[in-house]
Amino acid sequence: MAENIPADLKYTQEHEWTRSKGKVIVVGVTHHAQEALGDVVYVELPKLGASLTAGKQFGVIESTKAVSELFSPLSGTVVQVNDALTGNPSIVNTDPYGEGWILEVEPSDPKQLDGLLSPQAYSDLLK
Amino acid sequence: MALRTPLNEAHRKLGARMVDFVGWDMPVQYSSVIAEHEAVRQAVGLFDVSHMGEIEFSGPGALEAANPLISNDLVRCKDGQALYAGLLTEQGTFVDDVVAYRFSPEHILICVNSSNRAKDFAWMSERAQGVKPVDRSDEFAQLAVQGPKAEALVQRLTKTEVSKARLDTYRFTTGEVAGVQCILSRTGYTGEDGFELYCPPDRAEALWNALLTEGKADGVKPCGLGARDSLRTEMKYALYGNDIDEAHTALEAGLGWIVKWDKAGGFIGKQALEKQKAEGVQRKLVGFELTGSGIPRHGYPILKDGQRVGEVTSGTMGPSVKKPIGMGYVPAALASEGSTFDVEIRGRAVAAQVVKTPFRKKP
Repeated sequence: MAENIPADLKYTQEHEWTRSKGKVIVVGVTHHAQEALGDVVYVELPKLGASLTAGKQFGVIESTKAVSELFSPLSGTVVQVNDALTGNPSIVNTDPYGEGWILEVEPSDPKQLDGLLSPQAYSDLLK
Repeated sequence: MALRTPLNEAHRKLGARMVDFVGWDMPVQYSSVIAEHEAVRQAVGLFDVSHMGEIEFSGPGALEAANPLISNDLVRCKDGQALYAGLLTEQGTFVDDVVAYRFSPEHILICVNSSNRAKDFAWMSERAQGVKPVDRSDEFAQLAVQGPKAEALVQRLTKTEVSKARLDTYRFTTGEVAGVQCILSRTGYTGEDGFELYCPPDRAEALWNALLTEGKADGVKPCGLGARDSLRTEMKYALYGNDIDEAHTALEAGLGWIVKWDKAGGFIGKQALEKQKAEGVQRKLVGFELTGSGIPRHGYPILKDGQRVGEVTSGTMGPSVKKPIGMGYVPAALASEGSTFDVEIRGRAVAAQVVKTPFRKKP
């Protein structure tokens, strides 16, 4: 499982991760996702205050060759987006679980987190 | 079952990510498209392009048989010189774009796109007068060594003099590289100085390994199709099936320079192109930058005042120009430098401007 699937995060089938930070949830894409995409060259982010629906598309991530949709792990309101990705989207590649985070969402129903994959379940998914 | 070049195992050993490319199992990248792209711009990169096809005309009358099939002129070309050319339909559109090598008037080799190999061979066989072409594709592997350090690297592996003074752009010769008999051609598809080396398939891996080993000090990187695409896009080099095809003419594609109007005996497609030239070209392939945010991709609509007027044929985030760039066909009225239009990206109209090409200016 190693450091590429941090034990303190929860995951989606679509290779997003979530981290609880007080009332908000930080969302990004996994190491596996960024590796599969290759060099990330563009991230299309939602606006602050946008409402997200669990399982629905909230943005787009593009690499040199591919365009991929980003799916929201939770329903809720976008309270922060990572503006650094606009100038330097490659931080998704270099630090997917840190500086390469994508947005913060305030969940409308925190219980939705329980439905996400554990690190072990996500690890199994990649096998 | 996908087609494999003689270097398939070598790519896998290097950890390449393999993809299906027009039926061939090819490396799209080894480490990172951007890193490979930069290696070619700043040092040297090595590409396996063995999937390309080679069609030969050989014997008395070879030149006379091959020349009417292409838009450029092999008669005015010297022995040891290569030409970029179109195989054109009667309508002046592209059957393919090719590089024709003139060894002598009795020996012409035409390098064709892998996706068009069978089509081109049938097309040429049907039209060639006198000498019939032979498909030699299986007898050649092809490596491209591209970048500012390509000459020094190749020179260290060969006794053949490859300086520009002896082997200028679009000139070729034969000789041994790392003990492997090759055609050494100063051609390429990246906008950088470099060579394309044609060799026997069973020696391709030895040549590949020698170039990687000898090039270590130069920072050589094996490069995949991803970098090949971003490099050629920055130069506005056309890709068959994207930017040129049987629906667009040589003049629309901005490739009038490979059309030799006055060549003896003419060429297929001449009448249609002369008519189009006289009447004026209605649409043109332009290079543009996005001034709004996003990345243009093949197939995205081009809009003017909300109306669809064209389509993106190629697009990428240019790793060297560091901008989202693309090409596409637009009405002639929108083709001049500075003209503006929108590219529709996932339902959003994003502003774009026609710019001077190549996108990449030589430093």
